[in-house]
Amino acid sequence: MFDQLVASLVDGLLIGVVYGVAAMGLTLIWGVVRVINLAHGAIIAMAMFGLYYLVGRVGLNPYVALPFVALGGLVAGYVIYVVAVHRVINAPPLASLLATFAVNMMIIGTATTVFTTSPYSVNFDLGRVTAGSITVPGTRIVATVAAIAVGIGLYLFLYRSRTGRSIRAVANNRDAAELMGIPSSRILAFSFGLGTMLAAAAGALIATFFPFTVLSGDTYQLKSFVIVVLGGLGNPIGALVGGLVLGSLEGLVPVFMSASWVPVIEFGLFVVILLARPNGLFGARR
Amino acid sequence: MRAPGHTMRVVGIALVGAALVACQPTGSPSGGQASGGSQPAGGGQSKELVIGFTTSQTGSLNVESTRQQDGLQLWIDDVNKAGGIKLSDGTAVTFTAKTYDDESKSDRVQELYTKLINDDKADFLVSPYSSGLADTAAVIAEQYGKIMITTGAASDATYKKGYTHVYQTYTPASHYLTGAADLLKKLDGSAKTIAIVHENDKFSTDVATALNDFATQQGYQVVVNEGYDTGTTDFAAFVNKVVAASPDAVMGGGHFADTSTFAKQLYEKGVKAKMIALLVAPPEPKFADIGDAATGVTGPSQWEPTVKFSEDAAKSAGVTWLGPAVDDFISRYKSAYNEDPSYHSAGGYAAGLILQAAIQAADSTDSDKVNTAMEGLDLEMFFGRTKFDTSADAHGLQAAHEMVYVQWQKDSSGTLGKQVVWPEAAKTADAVYPIH
Repeated sequence: MFDQLVASLVDGLLIGVVYGVAAMGLTLIWGVVRVINLAHGAIIAMAMFGLYYLVGRVGLNPYVALPFVALGGLVAGYVIYVVAVHRVINAPPLASLLATFAVNMMIIGTATTVFTTSPYSVNFDLGRVTAGSITVPGTRIVATVAAIAVGIGLYLFLYRSRTGRSIRAVANNRDAAELMGIPSSRILAFSFGLGTMLAAAAGALIATFFPFTVLSGDTYQLKSFVIVVLGGLGNPIGALVGGLVLGSLEGLVPVFMSASWVPVIEFGLFVVILLARPNGLFGARR
Repeated sequence: MRAPGHTMRVVGIALVGAALVACQPTGSPSGGQASGGSQPAGGGQSKELVIGFTTSQTGSLNVESTRQQDGLQLWIDDVNKAGGIKLSDGTAVTFTAKTYDDESKSDRVQELYTKLINDDKADFLVSPYSSGLADTAAVIAEQYGKIMITTGAASDATYKKGYTHVYQTYTPASHYLTGAADLLKKLDGSAKTIAIVHENDKFSTDVATALNDFATQQGYQVVVNEGYDTGTTDFAAFVNKVVAASPDAVMGGGHFADTSTFAKQLYEKGVKAKMIALLVAPPEPKFADIGDAATGVTGPSQWEPTVKFSEDAAKSAGVTWLGPAVDDFISRYKSAYNEDPSYHSAGGYAAGLILQAAIQAADSTDSDKVNTAMEGLDLEMFFGRTKFDTSADAHGLQAAHEMVYVQWQKDSSGTLGKQVVWPEAAKTADAVYPIH
């Protein structure tokens, strides 16, 4: 029992960090642009297919392909912002929700035409690491390390770089940032792109060990929402911790009861936190 | 207005065409010569019947459903090319398919089968792929009194609801993994424990329940019996439970996508079970995509290209034979779709053959007469034998078709390939045991 508990916790934590990266993107976009991006899942799914293409057709190593997929996510986010979000940025929240939902439907519809909804997978094996009774596939370990590196990179970027400081300034007070000479429109577009870049990075990492379809993004988008609420809306580092909490739950709950209870408990927690701590477990920091 | 000479030429060509068609061998649709669409054969009337069905062009059942549709479409093409089914009054019955995308969803199936019956005036129905969707379609078919041949749908429950127009092509789900337990017993008398991890849908749950009961009767201890949700991609929690229980055999699975992933993650986690027997995915050629993780995995198959059903064997058993020989079906499927047929493809074609046999036996396209003929069918084809339960408790349940078990094995050059390992009479290689 103890072995199973530890193995499940380790699995949960490893995958939780990767979910956390996707959620960091969602929460960053909310924190800066004040838009809930419903195309987040579609970007995650497209990143999976991007990796599939670069690995399967171009012949790149998945980890060499990853930065290209992330860059693709950045460009896609920038374009989505300019085309669909910027015009409704000051409209009531429903407008931006519908705009990003429309983008989501367009991406999924186009991708379904091209790829159908058949399952795809990137066949990549890094062996496995065994420690006592715990066996973990190499791809999951690398994904976790990469996810932590992305988290640290984002933190350093936001707190140490000039652009990062501008992003935080715009998040705090867009008008004041404008008065200080920060080009807020450009920063908003870049922040949206940065958020989708994180989604793309998470999607590509997940694709190295799980199969996917064009519809897979929905699952990860839903997990991202739960994580964002756990970690605090608008708090990227909180999202990483939220990912760990969600991952642990997913790992540990099935040890004690049927795995079908996992979403019940996850979303039960989601509602409780919304009611008791609307700012999330770690509050919102901008 | 066209010149009289032109009209005469057309009539002349039509007469020569009709004469050629009349010289065609009847019975099997594999004759392969086109009759010219609605050209009446043998001087009689031509009648085109609409076969209505839905396909999961999108959604999780896409792979299996597309193959099933391909198989059925090949049957339609074959029958039409051979000039249709000839009735004694000279009518040549041809078919046309009317199909929609059900998105792998029950609610779409409900809407679309109603549309197929009311708007498209479908004469006969074939089920969508999967037990869940077929069960939904069966309700509609029965309500409207339309004959529906289910294929790709093995759940027993559909046929225990008092329906009288629904007929099953596949071996019922309750038989899917019981043979794997038999095989385990034969291979290793000392094996004691089985872990069952299955998808939480209708079909897989039926299979798992039947397996659990059978295994318990046989003296096995079922150490894990867990269901996972449709669409699951992370099986870590289940694999950890299996590892903790260290069973002799792991059995279960669900449909193609989840079962392949489950097999892959069992391998990645280094699970040391002596036997792994999973549903649906192992017979699919695409299962080889998971590489080494496929090695040793066993699975039940409704049909394999190596099966030995033949017209001669049918004759000596005193059973009616219909349709192409096994090799004939395989080569024509390959040339039509550029891939090997799986059992889903064969099941699609077989559903068409069953309908053909019933229309021939009824010598009519009248629904009631065909339904009566369906109840009396005892047929052998490349897919195996077919006969339906006609009792009130399980009307339409498949009563004669038998499954084979395949195992992915590496040959001496290290190439992965599928072998039939059970039952003894059908095997192409001995089962590899233990696999680790």
